[in-house]
Amino acid sequence: MAKTLTQEWCDLYKEEINNSKAYEEAAKTWEGDFYFIYDAGGPLKEPAYVHIDLHHGKCRACELVTDPNKYKPAFTLAGPYAVWKQVSTKKLDATKALITKQLRMTGDMAKVMRYTKAANELTNCSIKVPTEWLD
Amino acid sequence: MYNFVCPLIVYGDNSLDYIAQIKGNKAFIVTDKNIVKLGLIKHVTDQLDAKKIKWEIFDEVEAEPSTDTIRKGGVAVGKYQPDWVIGVGGGSCMDAAKAVILLLARPELKPEELSINFDFNFREKARLMAIPTTSGTGSEASWAIVLTDTKDNYKIGLGTPEDMPDVAILDPVMVMGMPPQVTADTGMDVICQAIEAYISSWGTSLTAGPALIATRLALEYLPRAYKDGNDVDARREMMNAAMMGGLSGSNSMFGLGHGTGHALGAIFHIPHGRTVGLFLPYTLEYIINDSEEATTKIAEIARYCGLIAESDKECAKALIAKIRALAKEIKQPLSVKDCGIDKAKYEKEMPGLISRALNEIMTMTAPRVPGTEDLDKLFRYAYEGKSIDF
Repeated sequence: MAKTLTQEWCDLYKEEINNSKAYEEAAKTWEGDFYFIYDAGGPLKEPAYVHIDLHHGKCRACELVTDPNKYKPAFTLAGPYAVWKQVSTKKLDATKALITKQLRMTGDMAKVMRYTKAANELTNCSIKVPTEWLD
Repeated sequence: MYNFVCPLIVYGDNSLDYIAQIKGNKAFIVTDKNIVKLGLIKHVTDQLDAKKIKWEIFDEVEAEPSTDTIRKGGVAVGKYQPDWVIGVGGGSCMDAAKAVILLLARPELKPEELSINFDFNFREKARLMAIPTTSGTGSEASWAIVLTDTKDNYKIGLGTPEDMPDVAILDPVMVMGMPPQVTADTGMDVICQAIEAYISSWGTSLTAGPALIATRLALEYLPRAYKDGNDVDARREMMNAAMMGGLSGSNSMFGLGHGTGHALGAIFHIPHGRTVGLFLPYTLEYIINDSEEATTKIAEIARYCGLIAESDKECAKALIAKIRALAKEIKQPLSVKDCGIDKAKYEKEMPGLISRALNEIMTMTAPRVPGTEDLDKLFRYAYEGKSIDF
């Protein structure tokens, strides 16, 4: 069990992604890194940033970042902690969260739309990480 | 939190008279050359003239509009600065109108960026009206925009709930002249949309109602509209069904028939309604083979449409049989082979078909989501016209 928004959790998430054949297959041509941004609010006093570097079906890095200027990722996905929790536990579909503006995204949306299956598999990987939530 | 987005729907005979009630000075009409040639645009421009609203026509929309066309439309609308954008035509023209009005607000964006990533606030400049001339996509009551990236034959699903039209006008006069082939192609789209919206994993009680009614209307009136294009009742009800299918689907997403049909259409350039209608029976079979919950839902639709059988599975199968019988009656292809696609070429394109279908958001919202292996089999069975047994 790893506490969410810790480096330990990030390491386990990276491991799950790299163990996933389904993700590897779906994302074999994907190149691009993300910031997953948890807005301040709820149990979070400050925003939290997870940098995740995805390349050709593998996760090259997953890092809890304290300085948001450390990377300039191609994509960002941001939202409140409660929404992230719902998405990570598959209670809310990530695309639906985007459509209803519960999550906000920057980056090349048309590119992301061609990797819907990979995005879905990323969520499946997050469910597999035994997570201790902050609330 | 969910959204249910919906336009003002003006429907029935003489609905175009509603244009006399709008306020504005300049309208930018997005359409295609055929609609202009058929004189359908005149029904709209006469109303605008009577109201002394100036207008300009952009008639360069092609079937499955390309991002290049949208770029041109964006430049033209930027020069004209209208306070109304009116999409007149089938799904392609109405989708193009949505894209164009978004570019009016955000001219710096590329067509492929017209998505939920951005706020547009285009109503500070203009409002959006959709006037369908087919009864199919329901684009008049949907915020989805489907564009084609011609570089690699990819259909891109774009749009944002913001671009739901303000007004949808369903006047039967606009569809009376539709040829039987177009009536059949677009009509199958209605059935596919409505059924897939009903069983979508995103569906709710708000989206179920219109989907159910749209299915029943289409099953009843599509054969009539196909046989007699002058049957006003059939035309009117098919327009209503198409709008309800689009309304339901854009608020709940569609399913695997759309995911697979889009892939086939993108690569082999076959009309949207024909491809999704073709795949619908196969994908429903695939779903009922492994999802009791979805089978129950399909059976609910079947019963609502008057098909009675003892078990849910038999009811669901009766609906599938009914769809196939209807497709045959209106001379729609029952297999991919029937579309005249060469088997060797189909085989060659199989990786592209699978990859496109896998990555359609509509595939993800189906009650049973296939992986690569199942999609491979599904595409092969559909080519041969073989019922799905896995």
